[in-house]
Amino acid sequence: METSFTPWLSLGGGLLIGASAVLLMATNGRIAGISGLTSRVFARSTDSEARGVSALFVLGLLLAAPIWLLTSGEWPQQWVPSNPALMAVAGLLVGFGATYGNGCTSGHGVCGISRGSLRSVAATATFMTAAVVTVLVTRHLIGG
Amino acid sequence: MKQFFALLSGLIFGFGLILSGMANPAKVLNFLDVFGTWDPSLAFVMGGAIAVTAPGFAWLTRSRSRPFFDTEFRLPNRTDIDPRLLSGAVLFGIGWGLGGFCPGPALTALPIAATGTLVFFPFMLAGMWLARHTPDLSLPFRKGATQ
Repeated sequence: METSFTPWLSLGGGLLIGASAVLLMATNGRIAGISGLTSRVFARSTDSEARGVSALFVLGLLLAAPIWLLTSGEWPQQWVPSNPALMAVAGLLVGFGATYGNGCTSGHGVCGISRGSLRSVAATATFMTAAVVTVLVTRHLIGG
Repeated sequence: MKQFFALLSGLIFGFGLILSGMANPAKVLNFLDVFGTWDPSLAFVMGGAIAVTAPGFAWLTRSRSRPFFDTEFRLPNRTDIDPRLLSGAVLFGIGWGLGGFCPGPALTALPIAATGTLVFFPFMLAGMWLARHTPDLSLPFRKGATQ
């Protein structure tokens, strides 16, 4: 499915994501890494304070689209792959990989790189490459 | 107060994901499809986010000893690039390339309740649970290497 190039909207969205990361660090002293925050909502080892803060951040993420619907009258535009087996494998890999590798697009890609962390630069370069190769294989080598 | 700001941060993050196109897997997959229907928009998301976060974090940690409503800045201090980090990133990248979702957008898109999202989400949580219960498989190798 083709999508149109939206540099300004994407830049604006990126600025909001950055503002959110700075706000969370300024008020709570925590990295806005979504895989970490989500995992901490469920992990048994999390103390109750961290669990509460993580759960509220996640709740904010969940409320964004419904509020978008209420204010604009329609859901945000999206197209999601519908093959259930593919999405199950994708979900399992994303959840496992992000938690096992200590971060995802937000924790490593935005917050980690912003702190100048070499670990995050290495992780981001690695998952970007793996994702580009995956799309190359599924769309051009076997999907055709 | 910190609870209120945690919720607000999540909400702003979610709006950022929606506005930028990150919450739309079609856009993510086209961003990754460098050799096909490439849509470079999402490079602007990461660029814009880092342009705010990098100076923001630097200013916070330089000008303040602690956050406004908490006791300490919780910043990771590890610097080693270990097999666990890189193998996790490879698996994450493959999953991202298959489904077009990473954790933030999956949460944001969940209320829209597309079939693919409703399948992806519980499996993502299961993957996180599995990772929390998987010991660091690279440790025995490293121990062997130092002996």
